[in-house]
Amino acid sequence: MGRKKLYNVGALLAGLGVTFKFMFQKKPTIQYPSEKKRHAPRFHGLHELRRYEDGKERCIGCELCSSVCPANAITVIGAENAPGDRRSPGERYAALYEIDELRCIFCGMCEEACPTDAIVLTPRFEMSEYRRGSLIYSKDRLLVPPEAGVGTAPDDRPNGIPADLGSVAEKKSTVDWHEGYDATWRGSILKTQTKGLAEE
Amino acid sequence: MSGAWWTPAANIWWLVLLKCVVLLFVVITTFAYAMLFERKVMGWMQLRPGPNRVGPWGLLQPAVDAVKLILKEDLTPKTADPLIYRLAPFISLFTAFSVYAVIPFSEPKPGSIWAIGDVNAGILFILALTSVGIYGISLGGWASGSKYPLLGSVRATAQMISYELAMSMSLIGVLILAGTTSLAGIVHGQLKLWYFIPQFVGFIIYVITAVAETNRAPFDLVEADAELVGGFNTEYSGLRFGLFFIAEYINMLTVSCIATLLFMGGWNAIDGLTFIPGIVWFLVKVGAFMFFYIWLRSTFPRFRYDRLMAFGWKVLLPIATLNLIVTAVVVAVRG
Repeated sequence: MGRKKLYNVGALLAGLGVTFKFMFQKKPTIQYPSEKKRHAPRFHGLHELRRYEDGKERCIGCELCSSVCPANAITVIGAENAPGDRRSPGERYAALYEIDELRCIFCGMCEEACPTDAIVLTPRFEMSEYRRGSLIYSKDRLLVPPEAGVGTAPDDRPNGIPADLGSVAEKKSTVDWHEGYDATWRGSILKTQTKGLAEE
Repeated sequence: MSGAWWTPAANIWWLVLLKCVVLLFVVITTFAYAMLFERKVMGWMQLRPGPNRVGPWGLLQPAVDAVKLILKEDLTPKTADPLIYRLAPFISLFTAFSVYAVIPFSEPKPGSIWAIGDVNAGILFILALTSVGIYGISLGGWASGSKYPLLGSVRATAQMISYELAMSMSLIGVLILAGTTSLAGIVHGQLKLWYFIPQFVGFIIYVITAVAETNRAPFDLVEADAELVGGFNTEYSGLRFGLFFIAEYINMLTVSCIATLLFMGGWNAIDGLTFIPGIVWFLVKVGAFMFFYIWLRSTFPRFRYDRLMAFGWKVLLPIATLNLIVTAVVVAVRG
């Protein structure tokens, strides 16, 4: 029985046929740095701190994100807004806002806890650095540029809760998949290509 | 012959030297792109694109690989026999290259053959040299002074000797038909009918044993990454590993050339397509064999060692011998 199976030439030829056929099949490879896989619309990636359309910061320094964070990755220190130069619509703003992306587990609870939709998770996922310290993101890297603000700022209501809360939450972040996005926060190094997006 | 280097007699030698240099570059370049071709084809067969990062379509990959191998550290184990350990890759490489001295590539005009030396015992010369090539692998594994290379070289010795018998037997059938051992003469004998038709059994046996002779999958028990780490070349690194690597590919090219010359009509064209030059026919046929070896590698798993031996001695050798006897009798009866 063993011998009969060992010298089964038909099976050998069939095997050769399989590999030959595979040679011409479409390759599922996604050429990663130049092509990227389309991921879920609510993918949890790198954070960003949003602003209102008038450029004011949404964060009111309430530290709810920091309290809810299961990984203790967020540090917030709030401060009073100066009367002449308001950084945020409410009384307070975040004087220090740091996220340790190495501790972060990208669960998105900060996003849920935020009363002003200030902190959101973007689909950015390429955060490699040469030093651990470089992965502690502070406001200079988390805060979107002033022109990227969304939603009308509330009246100077003391509680600082925006009037349009909820409708803004629909627009998740400054990142739009279909437009292509910057792979890293600090530079437009690579844009996603539409042709590279794998079909769902 | 009082040795001035510009006399007509000496010029012949200069010409031969020039031919050798050109051929060396051609063979090395062919090796480099054969390697790229193998990685591409195997990639496609495994639903991958293959190397495509360096240069357009990955075409500069061989250059980068060469630089990498040259820059790597050349290690010698403490237990190794230093002289033989360092010499072994050169034995493999030297014999692999030397074979090309007698391989004819084409015959543009009757009587003028593209070859460094058109030796009338060409096929015997090649068989002799490739047998010496085994020493490179055996000594390399032996002199490494460690267990996996030793096992690899023991396997190499046993495997290559067993398969060389069947291989030679399968070639003798062609020699009987052609009535000559000159490679050009054998190609001339195939003007009407390529020998793979009358010598079909011999052809199949040659193709199988050639894979075993060049230590390629599914007969790569000498290297057997899964059981012997890297077999005979486990301890080799850097350029010396690269030399073994080059030798393996050039041997692959050599067996493809022999298969082309002896069985597939060499540079003879298919009827009606004679306007295509002979060298193109030769290269296309060699390329087809190279593709076939790559195809085999990405299709079949490695043999078990006892089955390899049983297959060589109990199947290939008897069939090859029978084929030889039948051929001899038929040729003798027909006169």
